[in-house]
Amino acid sequence: MNRFEYVRAESVAHAIQALATPNAQALAGGTNLVDLMKYDVARPTRVVDINRLPLRAIEEMPDGGLKIGALVSNSDLAWEPRIVKRYPLLASAILAGASAQLRNAATTGGNLLQRTRCYYFYDPSTPCNKRQPGSGCSAALGINRIHAVLGASEHCIAVHPSDMCVALAALDAIIHLEGPDGPRKLPFGDFHRLPEDRPQDDNTMRPGELITAVELPRSDFIESYTYLKVRDRLSYAFALVSVAAALRIDRGAIIEARIALGGVAHKPWRDRKVEDCLCGKVPDESTFAECAASILRDAKGRGQNDFKIELARRTIVRGLRQAAANMPQDQADKVVR
Amino acid sequence: MSENFNSGGVPLTLTINGVRRSLSVEPWVTLLDLLREQLELTGTKKGCDQGQCGACTVLVDGKRLNACLILAVSKDGTEVTTIEGLARNGELHPLQVAFVERDAFQCGYCTPGQICSAAGLLAEGHAHSRAEIREQMSGNICRCGAYTNIADAIGAVLRDSAREAAE
Repeated sequence: MNRFEYVRAESVAHAIQALATPNAQALAGGTNLVDLMKYDVARPTRVVDINRLPLRAIEEMPDGGLKIGALVSNSDLAWEPRIVKRYPLLASAILAGASAQLRNAATTGGNLLQRTRCYYFYDPSTPCNKRQPGSGCSAALGINRIHAVLGASEHCIAVHPSDMCVALAALDAIIHLEGPDGPRKLPFGDFHRLPEDRPQDDNTMRPGELITAVELPRSDFIESYTYLKVRDRLSYAFALVSVAAALRIDRGAIIEARIALGGVAHKPWRDRKVEDCLCGKVPDESTFAECAASILRDAKGRGQNDFKIELARRTIVRGLRQAAANMPQDQADKVVR
Repeated sequence: MSENFNSGGVPLTLTINGVRRSLSVEPWVTLLDLLREQLELTGTKKGCDQGQCGACTVLVDGKRLNACLILAVSKDGTEVTTIEGLARNGELHPLQVAFVERDAFQCGYCTPGQICSAAGLLAEGHAHSRAEIREQMSGNICRCGAYTNIADAIGAVLRDSAREAAE
């Protein structure tokens, strides 16, 4: 690990002031940052410890939503009764990720800022445009079994690793940020970005900004939902493909649909046009198959990850079937029904 | 107000296994390395050192965490419990007894992490079935493959504590 200056922030204003220096990094749970520092992938000159900031509350919002402080741990969030009752899709997605120890440490804000687990990003001896802009993409012609099939560019084919973010994308969460120019809010879909020619930028945060909260708008997706994650082993592995599906069904027809995919792109993947097309349709196998084909119409494999396109198609269909049947995936017994 | 530490040690107070310690620790030292290298508490094991195996699991303010992924300075003021701190007055913790009785280990290297993790699992109270024990212990790898007996041992203690709570 490189040597760095350690600053213990005592307030949000103090943290923002301390982060206003090149190559400063905020430290919350540390589950990804400390790991990246050990691999010499992250080499901050200053680490700003934000763990003392008053960002651990879960507050009611006037619209019936909830505002989650950036430092609320993943486990506290997943087991919080209001989340379990009103946002079960989010609770399920969180429990599908990582391990109990990591969820105890990892925070709401930090989860959004996880870096990709692309093998080449993690290996400083290889070229990687995300780690070292302009050096090339080793995965494009290398080992790319886990890599993106949607929205990739010639510069980067990495995927975003989070499960929680897939549910947040489906739930239209709002990110609260605070920085040198004051506070602002971003719709979840505008937070993470596709790699294009700037894969070094995972998201649209401005220099020196801090995530202070994640807001969940009021949600009626409490019955017909699922988070279905497919991976190489049953637990404690990143998704090859995951699907957050949420439906509202009235008198035998879909009246609202949300579908977000994990493991397939540089950001949680949503296609609102396809969601809109589902409205008015009967929730049956042909509707689900048509929906999956539409979402994946531009999917592109790179050889080793070709299987992910078919896997994603089947996972979308299975996820929609679970959601429509009010049979969310059980994250403990893992049997896919 | 602000405290900047340009180099050297950062003052740090931790209560470790019930003993309050005032320390000076460089900010890049992990909690795992502090315990093992500076405080001679070598019961906590270094496995992968990357948060993947769980051998370094300890309890911080009662919650199980991977000590290898924590900068020690970020835990100022907390209570840390390691495998050395689970026994009370010469009596083994019920999980330690159950692991011995049910032969829940072979080489033993993952065992301190398994037991601390299981103590965290019991305190969390979210495991009610064998499938839930297995899932909630998935952050602890055992390369000998003693999982069957590990799950048995934890299940036995879980049943005993449920019985005690009911009485």
